[in-house]
Amino acid sequence: MEPLKLPPIDYGALLPMLILFGAACLGILLEVILPRRARNAAQLGLALLAVVAALVAVILERGTRTVTIGGAVAVDGPTLFLQGAILVLGGVSLLLIGERTIERGGAFVSQAAVTVGSQKDVQQAGGQPGATEVYPLTSFALGGMLLFVSANDLLTMFVALEVFSLPLYLLCALARRRRLLSQEAALKYFLLGSYASAFFLFGVAFIYGFSGGIQLDVVHEAVANPQRSSVLLYAGLGLLTIGLLFKAALAPFHVWTPDVYQGAPTPVTAFMAACTKVAAFGALLRVLYVAFEGVRWDFQPILGVIAVLTMFVGAVLAVTQTDLKRLLAYSSIANAGYLLVGVLALNEEGLSSTMFYLVAYGFSVLAAFAVISLVRDADGEATHLSRWAGIGRKSPLLAGVFTFILLAFAGIPVTSGFMSKFAVFGAAIEGGQTWLVIFGVITSMLLAFPYLRVVVLMWLSEPGETTPAVSIPGYLTSAVLGLGVLVTLALGVAPDPLLELTRDAAQFVR
Amino acid sequence: MENTFAPATGVLSNIWLLVAIPLASAAILLLLGKRADKWGHWLGVASVAASFVLGLIFFFSLAGLDASRRSAELSLWDFIAVGDLTVDFGLLFDPLAGVFVLLITGVGSLIHLYAVGYMEHDPGRRRFFAYFNLFVSAMLLLVLGNNYVMLYFGWEGVGLASYLLISFWYTKPSAATAGKKAFLMNRVGDAGLAIGIFLMFTELGSTQYDDVFNGVDSLAAGTILIMGILLLLGACGKSGQFPLQAWLPDAMEGPTPVSALIHAATMVTAGVYLIARSNPIFSANTTLQLVVVSIGALTLLMGCLIGAAKDDIKRVLAWSTVSQIGYMFLGVGLGGGAYALAIIHLLAHGFFKANMFLGAGSVMHGMHDQVDIRRFGGLWKHMRITYFTFATGWLAIIGIPPLSGFFSKEPIIAAAFEREVVWEAWVFGMAALIGAGLTAFYMTRLFVLTFHGPARWTEDNQHPHESPAIMTIPLILLAVGSVGAGYLMSTSVPDWLNPVFGQESGEAAHGVLSHLVITILSLLVTVLGAGLAWALFRRGTALEPQPAGVLVTAARRNLYTDAFNEAVFERPGIYLTRALVFLDNKGIDGVVNGIAAAIGGGSGRLRRLQTGFVRSYALSMLTGAMLVVGAFLAIQLGWLA
Repeated sequence: MEPLKLPPIDYGALLPMLILFGAACLGILLEVILPRRARNAAQLGLALLAVVAALVAVILERGTRTVTIGGAVAVDGPTLFLQGAILVLGGVSLLLIGERTIERGGAFVSQAAVTVGSQKDVQQAGGQPGATEVYPLTSFALGGMLLFVSANDLLTMFVALEVFSLPLYLLCALARRRRLLSQEAALKYFLLGSYASAFFLFGVAFIYGFSGGIQLDVVHEAVANPQRSSVLLYAGLGLLTIGLLFKAALAPFHVWTPDVYQGAPTPVTAFMAACTKVAAFGALLRVLYVAFEGVRWDFQPILGVIAVLTMFVGAVLAVTQTDLKRLLAYSSIANAGYLLVGVLALNEEGLSSTMFYLVAYGFSVLAAFAVISLVRDADGEATHLSRWAGIGRKSPLLAGVFTFILLAFAGIPVTSGFMSKFAVFGAAIEGGQTWLVIFGVITSMLLAFPYLRVVVLMWLSEPGETTPAVSIPGYLTSAVLGLGVLVTLALGVAPDPLLELTRDAAQFVR
Repeated sequence: MENTFAPATGVLSNIWLLVAIPLASAAILLLLGKRADKWGHWLGVASVAASFVLGLIFFFSLAGLDASRRSAELSLWDFIAVGDLTVDFGLLFDPLAGVFVLLITGVGSLIHLYAVGYMEHDPGRRRFFAYFNLFVSAMLLLVLGNNYVMLYFGWEGVGLASYLLISFWYTKPSAATAGKKAFLMNRVGDAGLAIGIFLMFTELGSTQYDDVFNGVDSLAAGTILIMGILLLLGACGKSGQFPLQAWLPDAMEGPTPVSALIHAATMVTAGVYLIARSNPIFSANTTLQLVVVSIGALTLLMGCLIGAAKDDIKRVLAWSTVSQIGYMFLGVGLGGGAYALAIIHLLAHGFFKANMFLGAGSVMHGMHDQVDIRRFGGLWKHMRITYFTFATGWLAIIGIPPLSGFFSKEPIIAAAFEREVVWEAWVFGMAALIGAGLTAFYMTRLFVLTFHGPARWTEDNQHPHESPAIMTIPLILLAVGSVGAGYLMSTSVPDWLNPVFGQESGEAAHGVLSHLVITILSLLVTVLGAGLAWALFRRGTALEPQPAGVLVTAARRNLYTDAFNEAVFERPGIYLTRALVFLDNKGIDGVVNGIAAAIGGGSGRLRRLQTGFVRSYALSMLTGAMLVVGAFLAIQLGWLA
């Protein structure tokens, strides 16, 4: 028997993930070692440090274009850019997760399983410090996302998918307020996520059957010179993409999104809206561009229909939402549709504009959820739209920030929202997908309505008796708000540096 | 002629300071608010004076350059760079811009100084000076820009300052209305200018002065004509020329220093500047020149006629401004050597008209803000300085040698008689000549009724008094300018402006009348007009307007131009708006609301799919998965192909 040969490993290229996974393991140890009072600061510091270190590692690797560890991981322009984006957005999300001054004890519950209404529950609601396991969980999720966008074979991709999904399911269940809603959301997310994972895995099996390998370049070869029935290929491609479409919240696989976004603690919602989107679209880009580029004419129309459907479902359903978090969930669904338009351009412009869109949208959405976390009453966040009436009179600054972010979502010029939509639509036209752009523009107009309705409500309505107070944001949330607004403005006014960066990065290795 | 501008070097690379200093002052005054109330007006005066001193320095360093490269172009940064369109944020200091800078900052400084006294008791004095500085800054940008977009920025900037200042006393309904009127009429002109600039960009690919002027030769005659007419529309709007003249007299609702600086000396001459600056465009098409000349001739006569029938001292002066700018349009329309003549008249007019407006302000100051010249009379005894300075302005505008008006207006009349086509020479020459006679008549009427004859003061306890020194010193300086500037400029300015307008052709053109005859004739009509007015109004006049003939009645009603505007534009406009509002409410809103309702309804239905049950979510995912996989397989099996 031949001796087992270990594949060469480029540790430098893997360093960002190793740092995050290492920090996550270390964090779990800290949970045991440190006294309860010291944990929060230490864990937050550790997680932030790990993110910054990983980011530095990504930056140091900026020139690397390689496939390593036996073809399991590809480190190239898109990988590094998306990893950087996930780390930056994840770092900002960590600031939101670490906020402890808006609500006593933070947005997370300390013991999720206490019976509702019991003595312990009352005690806990009185400001017991929240669970600090959220930081290692976030680090695991971030590490999984980094692996997900760099995975070069389908099994690694599946493992990465699970690595970042499982901590997210847990994080969703940890809300301090409306605990049962949060747990219900987490359970739904978990069930449906497993369901989608099964599709993905089934798809991988078909693809393996078709190509005799799971590495993307092998699949690419097999697509170019098919040896076996293409039924296997198409069934596999269909099932595989469904798994990814689920994570990216594209219709009709979006159904979990509103419930989960609403139920999850707001910092986690923000984290999912910003980072999970990057990870899911990063993997989708890699799979479609690297492995299945040869059958683009076959999947373009099908995924195009899905993009149109997604944009319409997101835009139309956003119109009647009465809860801000749900409204933003549908907006996030519609934005996934716009992102898919960029993906389907299937050219370098498409790749670079999609990456630009992901970063721009990530910052705006983080700021939006940060605003939502500030408007509260005695029962926690007041997310019902009617409660926001006239809030512009009470706190013009906060309402101004939110207005700016909503205008960015609506794609008004001088915001990143305009530039990013412009970029993906431009790429799609170049890629011959004008019909998608037409639907994109129509739905953008539809979508402007719910956003502007909120703006009108905030500024032109009389504040009612029940208009809640606006909390003074702590340093962390202020930083998130400031960064979000600043980046949204900067990318709207001077998008060139980031666009250059995405263009330089827009080349996959195979 | 090849148009190239030398880059700015040495001292001249600081020309941006001219615009920046008043702008900074305006910003400080507006931002500091009440804290600057005590000293704000002095900051306002100082910033304009500083610009004037700098302007002098730049002017003389420009004069020190070799005549062939006497210009300084300064590119500050790329202002707009989108696709093929690049617009430079650049300035150009050449002989033409130089004289304008000196006029704006020089006369501007004097009027700022005057305003310190005039606005002394006004609670909004700081705000006034902020707007005033803003105006100076914008006006300097207008004349210093090196492309049409910069000019447009300045153009809109002076417009803004003008509306703000016309309606400065916004609590007075007439002032607010006048501001609105000025705004609307200027929009018409500005739209023309903007479209003209767009046309320039589509036809020539640039809005830089040098590119445009060098490219004019390559354009079709029709294109030049359209471009010129559009620019002319802008010029007419800003300069109160027919058919957009109606706003200028109403603009006198603003404080008097505003009328003097903005609506007499500087901003309203921006139209003349635009045409003079665009001289390669206007000289390239004779039809275009004919249009400009016709507008000038028509407006100058209109202004004279209406001015002769008005009783409000500032409105008479306003109509006289309209008429004098008509002379300038006539000059720039004639082209060739007459460009320089128009600029000379513009400069001379800047002095004597500012002088008279400030004089009028001084009279109002002493007479409890009375403006009706029928209720003045005999003021010469009570305000000697105002009287003498006003007299220099009066003699200058009617063109008595050796005051400035004689040297600036008479050559334009002569140039009009020199047109090549004989009927044109007679028509425009006679218009200019008759205009001179009428000017002498109505200005003498104004002067005599105000300062001479019996006192017809109507308010009790009126004690006319001279204004304080801070107001009279600018008057005296402007009077000196009104007396001396004409001769000085008529000898030096044409040579100075040669680099801009090109060499005048060597041989003197021979018109239908010889130059000497024209000089004698114009002096004759002037003396006749003035003498007639003197004889008629020496003994004063009734306190109320008396019934009069058709012509006077028509002139009192602005020759029915307001009625015309109302009948032709306003009423149809109102009906059109009503119709559109109806259509909008019933038609467009109906459709929009219908769509909105449909989407809302659809949204409400779709929402029911979001049941909250995991089982139904899973079902929908399964359905989706079956459809997606089914579609892929369908493609594979060729069902869809």
